[in-house]
Amino acid sequence: MPEKNSKWERNQVFHRKGIVFFFLAVIAGCIWLTGRLAYLMIFQSEYYMAQADELHERERSIKAARGEIYDANGTVIATNRTVCTISVVHNQVTDPERVVEILAQELSMDPEKVRASVEKYTSREVIKTNVDKEIGDVIRAYHLDGVKVDEDYKRYYPFGNVASRVLGFTGSDNQGIIGLEVKYESVLKGIDGKILTMTTAAGIELDSMAEERIEPVPGNNLILSLDMNIQKYAQQAAEKVMEEKGAKAVSVIVMNPQNGEILAMVNVPEFDLNEPFTLNMEGTGTLTEKERQDLLNQMWRNPCISDTYEPGSTFKIVTATAALEEGVVALEDTFHCPGFKTVEDRRIRCHKTTGHGSETFVQGVMNSCNPVFIEVGLRVGAERFYHYFEKFGLMRKTGVDIPGEASGIMHKLDNIGEVELATMSFGQSFQITPLQLLTVASMVINGGTRVTPHFGVEVVSADGSFVKRLEYATEENVISQETCESMKMVLEKVVSEGGGKNAVIEGYRIGGKTATSEKLPRSLKKYISSFLGFAPADDPQVIALITINEPEGVYYGGTIAAPVIRDIFENILPYLGIYPEYSTEG
Amino acid sequence: MAQRQVKKRKEKTFYDYSLLAVIIFLCVFGLIMIYSSSSYAAELKVGNSMYYFTRQGAILAASFVAMIIVSKMDYHFYAKFAGLAWVLALVMMVLTNFTPLGQEFNGQKRWLGVTETFSFQPAEFVKIAVILTLATLINRIGRGIDTWRGIALALILSVPPFLLVAMNNLSSGIIIAGIAFLMCFIGSKKKGIYIFGVAAVLAAAYLFVEYGEKLVELKILEGYQLERIEVWKNPEAYPDTGGWQVLQGLYAIGSGGLFGRGLGESIQKLGFVPEAQNDMVFSIICEELGLFGAVCVILLFLFMIWRFMIIANNAPDLLGALIVVGIMAHIAIQVILNIAVVTNSIPNTGITLPFISYGGTSVGFLMMEMGMALGVSNRITLER
Repeated sequence: MPEKNSKWERNQVFHRKGIVFFFLAVIAGCIWLTGRLAYLMIFQSEYYMAQADELHERERSIKAARGEIYDANGTVIATNRTVCTISVVHNQVTDPERVVEILAQELSMDPEKVRASVEKYTSREVIKTNVDKEIGDVIRAYHLDGVKVDEDYKRYYPFGNVASRVLGFTGSDNQGIIGLEVKYESVLKGIDGKILTMTTAAGIELDSMAEERIEPVPGNNLILSLDMNIQKYAQQAAEKVMEEKGAKAVSVIVMNPQNGEILAMVNVPEFDLNEPFTLNMEGTGTLTEKERQDLLNQMWRNPCISDTYEPGSTFKIVTATAALEEGVVALEDTFHCPGFKTVEDRRIRCHKTTGHGSETFVQGVMNSCNPVFIEVGLRVGAERFYHYFEKFGLMRKTGVDIPGEASGIMHKLDNIGEVELATMSFGQSFQITPLQLLTVASMVINGGTRVTPHFGVEVVSADGSFVKRLEYATEENVISQETCESMKMVLEKVVSEGGGKNAVIEGYRIGGKTATSEKLPRSLKKYISSFLGFAPADDPQVIALITINEPEGVYYGGTIAAPVIRDIFENILPYLGIYPEYSTEG
Repeated sequence: MAQRQVKKRKEKTFYDYSLLAVIIFLCVFGLIMIYSSSSYAAELKVGNSMYYFTRQGAILAASFVAMIIVSKMDYHFYAKFAGLAWVLALVMMVLTNFTPLGQEFNGQKRWLGVTETFSFQPAEFVKIAVILTLATLINRIGRGIDTWRGIALALILSVPPFLLVAMNNLSSGIIIAGIAFLMCFIGSKKKGIYIFGVAAVLAAAYLFVEYGEKLVELKILEGYQLERIEVWKNPEAYPDTGGWQVLQGLYAIGSGGLFGRGLGESIQKLGFVPEAQNDMVFSIICEELGLFGAVCVILLFLFMIWRFMIIANNAPDLLGALIVVGIMAHIAIQVILNIAVVTNSIPNTGITLPFISYGGTSVGFLMMEMGMALGVSNRITLER
């Protein structure tokens, strides 16, 4: 292009060269920067992307549903209720007025309180927790910007206080605290899921970003041997007798003696599983935190397995079995009861102070005659009796599938003199749990097989498919068949003709043994009345033990405990498909 | 001087519409990127996500009109006031640096005015003043710039503004020095001394980087300057102090990949990259538009600089050519330095990306410069 200015024309060649040179330098700079960018954005991209993601990602867990618990009939007895947590994310709220208005109305809250939360500048402000799912759904349906409805699970027990000390309950993190909920934690607990969300520097979640979701795996369901119908009936019966007798507590265990499946385990007073931190007694207004906790622990305790007691006369089943096994006594052997028996320098009285006079061994059992059992016990001898304690499993725990089982309190073999042996033979001077007694008695009547008492039967997955059957140890032929048959016969006679006649049910063959144990110290004159019964006596399908703790007034087991078992048997035997038989022999 | 010319002869005049188009495109793109990168911070800070966008938009609209007016003016007319502008620039810098009229925002005393809204950065005006005065000087002395006297005159005109600006704003100072250097380099026929100058600067930079600690011991460098170099070498070692901004920028750039997360989808702008709409806006462009978008932006600037070259080479006289060379130097230095800082290619120094970074003063004076360049293009005559 020709130019007009002479000076410019003169200069322009080298000027132009300079400008072009500069421009080329700029291009070189741009190429260098582009190379640098390409290096960062292609070769280093993965590295920086990962660093950035780590910076942006927040992990939020999705709670897994805890497995449900079913009874033997498939009735759900522990389940989950979906509850909601309502929260607001300040930055995402577009219409604060509407949010305040709707939340206050739906949650029945003070609008000012809601407003304070909505206007508070935080990444996420919780408005209310444990909101019913229905309300949560309603709120969600408004599609309010910035209002989050998060679902959570809360354990729910439809039967309230039924089998409370057996089932147990869960804590705030849905973890088992007592009972089966603890024992089967690993079965019931699911695997929590995760939501990976992207957040801003302030930690606010980004709605627009696709969130990575790892779905939670719900826990497995547990099927129990517990039958809620039997449990409920037994509970009613226990409550009734507790009230009538003004007793402190009543426990009932109903079990299948053949396989150790526990059908019912009642400990009244029960507590409400849905309110496990509310004391079930009155006058608890001014308690220190420690006193309160002690009372709660007391309330949650399962006496059937955690408390030991002197079994008293029901234990004569064990003494008789040991003696028969050892062959130191035959059913027809005769004894004489003058109302007491002197052992060393001690005179141990029979409950019938006038004495039973002359009687066979069978009659001695029917009469629950202490001198007979002292004699038999002495014949067995301390060492062999001790051996039977061990053989029958009285020296160890039963292995029941609830935590907190106590073992018995027993003399050391070296310390068992004649007096100790004499008292042990009729169930005193040592302690076992009611469940231990029931387990031993089951073995005596089921043909000599030691079973493990248990509740858990089967584990199924959340969709109901089979996962596993729970197996329990058994030990066969601990006792000879002959002894077992004899004991069943004798124990049936106890009910039909002896001290257990209050347990007689027309058309059923019931076996059993009563007991009245004096609590320690004896001077308090407090008793535990108990009755152990089973049916049908010839082929036992159900065994039950009731212990009435500190009844007022009449305290004889045969008088107050046996009728309760009769009442329970009367109702549950037909329910279990065991129908009365009226013998033609008449 | 060359006053009697052009219009009388009714020749067809030129107007660089390509340059105008790329200016408009960059401004609009800048507005979009400002909205994208600042809306989150604006919402948090002032409760209005459009805050920075509307402010920048208003200033752009006003300065666009100013640009058109300037582009229709004869540059010989306002070049007459170059000396006055130079004096005014110095006065402004003195007022900013040494009187209460100098406002301090974000810990930096760079603004002249009464409040934040009614204040501007005089350093931006200094750039124009230096471009105009040097262009006038070199045009007037012609080959005299090759003499020691000419160089001394150029130094007298450029060193005081450089020092006054560099006091509080080293990066703007560097830009002014760079503009002055390039204008003299192009205006001069003896290039040797300039090549020597470049070599000296590079050697000094090498010394700083390699022997920084010794230089600190010898009290030639300050401790904080050395720290900047250390941060530059290994930003991940200083994630919470000096390295934060650079590191967050690198995360943004690296997250972009080839095509980016998509416009508006940056996560790093959500509070991670501080002041994402300012110096670091290029990192957000990288994150949202990827390498593709980033290269497009670089190409746009290259195109713009190419247009400056065309205008300068065809300018009707040396004055016009040198004015455009100054503007060309300004844009080129600022773009290259900004991208180099954002990619951690050089130590961190606060330099904005022309037309795209948020900043009213910067964009206002930039548009004046564009008006000047367009004005020079308008004086080019085409002969058939």
